[in-house]
Amino acid sequence: MSLVRHHGGWIIAFTFIVALMLTMLPLPDWAALYRPEWVAMVLIYWCLALPDRVGVGIGWSAGLLLDVVKGALLGQHALALALVAYLTLHLHQRVRVFPLWQQSLFVLLMVALNQLLVLWVKGIIGLQPDSWLYWLPSLTSMLLWPWVFLILRDLRRSFLVR
Amino acid sequence: MLTSLALMTMDHRQNHLDTIRDGLSLVVYPLQYLVNLPSAAGHWASSSLSARSTLQDENDQLRARQLLQEMRLQKLYALEAENARLRELLNSASKVGEQVLIGELLAVDQDPFRRRVLINKGADAGVFEGQPLLDAYGVMGQVVQVTPFTSTALLITDPSHAIPVQVNRNGLRAIALGTGEADRMEVPHIPNNADIQVGDLLIASGLGRRFPPGYPVATVIEFEKDPSQPYARVVAAPAAHLERSREVLLVSQKAPQAILP
Repeated sequence: MSLVRHHGGWIIAFTFIVALMLTMLPLPDWAALYRPEWVAMVLIYWCLALPDRVGVGIGWSAGLLLDVVKGALLGQHALALALVAYLTLHLHQRVRVFPLWQQSLFVLLMVALNQLLVLWVKGIIGLQPDSWLYWLPSLTSMLLWPWVFLILRDLRRSFLVR
Repeated sequence: MLTSLALMTMDHRQNHLDTIRDGLSLVVYPLQYLVNLPSAAGHWASSSLSARSTLQDENDQLRARQLLQEMRLQKLYALEAENARLRELLNSASKVGEQVLIGELLAVDQDPFRRRVLINKGADAGVFEGQPLLDAYGVMGQVVQVTPFTSTALLITDPSHAIPVQVNRNGLRAIALGTGEADRMEVPHIPNNADIQVGDLLIASGLGRRFPPGYPVATVIEFEKDPSQPYARVVAAPAAHLERSREVLLVSQKAPQAILP
């Protein structure tokens, strides 16, 4: 395995950058609640596709950047995304062969877990959102997963990311 | 890994991590700049492509308004001088004159459950933590985080924000809390028999020593007395155009200017 040359790291970085930008993109008030967790979805994809390259460390770093972007407490998204990366790595061989709709359910579970961890941290520092609408991003992430998956897979194949 | 995270979370409460955040914000700044670019380009295009006649109309209007305001300003100078004289008679420090820095909001979204904005001026322009933020219509909020090129401000409608206010009509003091909704603020602990009406203007009282006194904060839009409750329910709408303003004023009172005669 160690003889396989790594290839196309910039594509991985590029997808994370696009995900961060989509997270910042200004939306009207009502639509901002539906914004999917782009970074978590991209992270799950790369953990499934290239588990030997993208893992807990990259998830943690992406989470730290997400913290700065969202102006949140440093480390809360890092913690959540590191855990998501860990679980995805742990289960990647099973999830990879799932049909797309089952993968979507897996993504729902992962993003909800991510949000739950962030919610805990928020609750501890007393900034708890008092609305069930907080969980909407999990649902939109689930619904958008098939498209994200197909787009990222095409990207990976056409740029031969290994 | 997890222990390091726990450490970070703990550490952050004592603000040791500001340097790290500053460094990372430099990494993120190009992204924020890129995201802001389309709307900035739209503004630039619409201002540089507008027709000559519209510009001329606008120019005329602005000139007329300028004239009016200059007239009012003349009166204000006289009043200011009189105010200073009277204050000298009373032996109290006069605090007229503030320094103002104009910033622009970056079109960047953050957490939808909080009310915060990103401003394109940072520590290099002299922005400091706790600096009040105004627009042309009233108080918007205060700066809570400063990085080299940008700063984050907490709006007065953020659920964790409170601002000391005064009813302009009779000087009744109160505190206005943000609710997290863009157009509502709550004024708690107002007794049922307080003299407050729908339409009353709430101005900053300056009691917290953070906001300059006298600027409009909100207008009372609901006032409900319920005899079974100890306090009346007062809801106010912010005076500043929180969701529409693009240019903001950062005010500092640090150096009182010598504009007194």
